[in-house]
Amino acid sequence: METVIQILLYISDMLVPFLILYVVAHGLLVRRPVYDDFVKGARDGFKTVFQIMPTLVGLMVAVGILRASGFLDFLSETLGNVTELVHFPSELVPLTIVRMFSASAATGLALDIFKQYGTDSYLGLATSILMGCTETIFYTMSVYFMTAKVKKTRYTLAGALLATFVGVAASIVLAGMMK
Amino acid sequence: MLNYLWGAMLLLGIVYGAFNGRLPEITAAALDSAKEAVTLCITMTGVMALWVGLMEIARKSGVIGRATKKIQPFISFMFPGLPREHKAREYITTNIIANVFGLGWAATPAGLKAMEALKELEEERKTHPVGGRRAAPKGTASNEMCTFLILNISSLQLIPVNIIAYRSQYGSVNPAAVIAPSIAATLLSAAAAVIFCKVMEGRQSVWKP
Repeated sequence: METVIQILLYISDMLVPFLILYVVAHGLLVRRPVYDDFVKGARDGFKTVFQIMPTLVGLMVAVGILRASGFLDFLSETLGNVTELVHFPSELVPLTIVRMFSASAATGLALDIFKQYGTDSYLGLATSILMGCTETIFYTMSVYFMTAKVKKTRYTLAGALLATFVGVAASIVLAGMMK
Repeated sequence: MLNYLWGAMLLLGIVYGAFNGRLPEITAAALDSAKEAVTLCITMTGVMALWVGLMEIARKSGVIGRATKKIQPFISFMFPGLPREHKAREYITTNIIANVFGLGWAATPAGLKAMEALKELEEERKTHPVGGRRAAPKGTASNEMCTFLILNISSLQLIPVNIIAYRSQYGSVNPAAVIAPSIAATLLSAAAAVIFCKVMEGRQSVWKP
């Protein structure tokens, strides 16, 4: 297990430099104006962040208020008795539930966990992994199926919940191994 | 959805806080959080600009295009009833590639286009079987739609760019440390999704000609 984590950490460290090297070298080889392309893309990246800024203000305020009111602690403590039985950290319960409905609201809760417990704590690591391997099930399903005018979604929800469950379980186990 | 969720969070927080006598803390939290959201966005802008800029090079130089070709056998495996030349295939591929490379905003339009194209596929199937399948009843998801959505929700992603940006903002010693564990977790959830889709598809034989 130790070696698995060592390898995973090694890949984590390598991946970003490797991707930059690969993409830029490939761009130069096919004689693209790599710097111009980069600046154009970076400009789009700017726009994207500025578009999400108002939603982030709204949601971080909402989570901040929930945290300050003591409600989040109350919720974790209440649900904790149940979730402790399956070794699921109670602090992650609100995040896991909200994640299925709204990506930005979940981001607000994830940042709250980073602030409360630290990014590199067990909870911080589990949150980081969990956010990357789960998706807003209900939002995605409603928007996508609305587009196709579908009402009977058959086994989609079951499959989506299964994938999410596996993702959450994997996040917790992997975070536990890293600590 | 978000209107109710957001509204409920605020009302719940304020009412609960009032009963606990924590209104001053709530005022402070509201103001601090708003300020913090903007600070966070400014930090994130750098990381996002870097990543999207890099991906623009990848797109223009054909790296993304090649990745699109490479996953065609996987698409054929997941969507055996989808003809090779059908336009739904292109949109599905674009959506998956965009998700993998963390280009969420490019993924959604392609995903919606894919659903429209899959709906048209069902229309075609009403007149004649396509890919060995008849149309699903009106208003019912086809196998392709179910598979596509489950795959999409299993959330295959190479690098969780946002999370890395957030981690660095909140003082992580090694923000990138979660990349490989995230890939491992996302591969596991995607594998579960693939197996589930294959099992369910095997059980659905009603609409075969």
